[in-house]
Amino acid sequence: MLAKRIIPCLDIKDGRVVKGINFVNIRDAGDPVDQARVYNEEGADELVFLDISATAFGHETVVHVVREVANQIHIPLTVGGGIRSVEDMRKILLAGADKISINSAAVLNPEIIKQGCALFGSQCIVLAVDARKTQTEDAVTNKWEVFINGGRKPTGIDVLEWIKQAVDLGAGEILLTSMDRDGTHSGYDLELNQAVSELVNVPLIASGGAGAMQHFADVLSIGADAALAASLFHDGQMKIRELKQYLAKLNLPIRLA
Amino acid sequence: MMSQQSIPLLLIDAGTGNLHSVFQTLRTITDQIVISDKPEDVLKAGRIILPGVGAFSGFMQGLQQRNLVDPIHDFIKKGNPLLGICVGMQAFFDYSEENGNHKGLGHLPGFVQEFQNMPNLKVPHTGWNQLWFRVKALLLQNISPGDYVYFNHSYYCVPENPGDIAATTDYGIDFCSIVQRENVYGVQFHPEKSQKVGIQVLSNFVNLGRKS
Repeated sequence: MLAKRIIPCLDIKDGRVVKGINFVNIRDAGDPVDQARVYNEEGADELVFLDISATAFGHETVVHVVREVANQIHIPLTVGGGIRSVEDMRKILLAGADKISINSAAVLNPEIIKQGCALFGSQCIVLAVDARKTQTEDAVTNKWEVFINGGRKPTGIDVLEWIKQAVDLGAGEILLTSMDRDGTHSGYDLELNQAVSELVNVPLIASGGAGAMQHFADVLSIGADAALAASLFHDGQMKIRELKQYLAKLNLPIRLA
Repeated sequence: MMSQQSIPLLLIDAGTGNLHSVFQTLRTITDQIVISDKPEDVLKAGRIILPGVGAFSGFMQGLQQRNLVDPIHDFIKKGNPLLGICVGMQAFFDYSEENGNHKGLGHLPGFVQEFQNMPNLKVPHTGWNQLWFRVKALLLQNISPGDYVYFNHSYYCVPENPGDIAATTDYGIDFCSIVQRENVYGVQFHPEKSQKVGIQVLSNFVNLGRKS
């Protein structure tokens, strides 16, 4: 049976792991290879690297990070942030990444999804979406808006419509971040994740809001295939191994390595 | 001058895939690896690994453009071990239905098809899933039924001959996750990304026919 995945996310800036809430108060949190090794040993099912470098040089360094991690750790790697073209994708894949996550570039130019899928296959292209809940007139139906540029820029685009379109263009997985929940440790946005899981038939990675083991169980039970967290794992508040044992006891399909 | 079989382990570069991860994982097992896309190297190889990612047709084109198809057939006839990974495994079959019908190497009877839409079974099949053995294959030494390996694919192989299926994996159906006929082996998962279990599979392949 296919196991539900637990995925730590590493924010990378200029080749270093950084920590910070909502892109402020960023501080250095160490060497990505060391951090990746720790997560691998704890039983992480996959790693996501999110490159938040602000400069072209900073983005170049992520290729080296990916290569070093891939050289030493035999675990699936998904890399996103700053990817603008299929050439950017190719560089990162050749360095040893398994999947590419695209966010702003896909919103600005949806064709890049199609191009990436044609060259590397749908299984390689992850659509990352930063979603924020919007007020609706009837206050009953839920709607979410797509934000780009690291959550700084609203687009007016409806999250569900965008995800449907991106999957039609070939996106093979969705990395869905609730901006409302991100950094709050109050649990994943279950309504958002359930809506997306019911909408499209590609794997869904839930992100934003994890604070307790129960939160992982909740979101993995309503249709998410994987659950991602960053600060919770970095700060050692939660050990991946203990989390996976907890989830396995609840009879969720989990790989206990 | 290189003599016959002067390359202990050849990693074929069909121009589409990422060889880096496979190469780095193999390096934990052996340092005698050569990466090449040259037909003449195929016949000098003691054993070959054929990794593939991306679309089936692009992968086959990569082999054809490099004139690798006939040498691979000749290599198989010699009886030396060959391991296909992911699309590299799929290429052993007659054809794939990915983006129209595309001809494969035709070494194993059967074809490659997409996972059908089933409730709660998302496509691509992405993540860690379990191996269940059909036969006692040498490739599966020191691996236990139920061990997890990493998959990332939308298409799977349907061998015509059930005897060619070495292991299956359950994803709505029991699909063929390891194929073996004589010296030809294929794995649908990514051993290079499957941590200890994956390294064991690769190590079993590298050590096939060698007395430990």
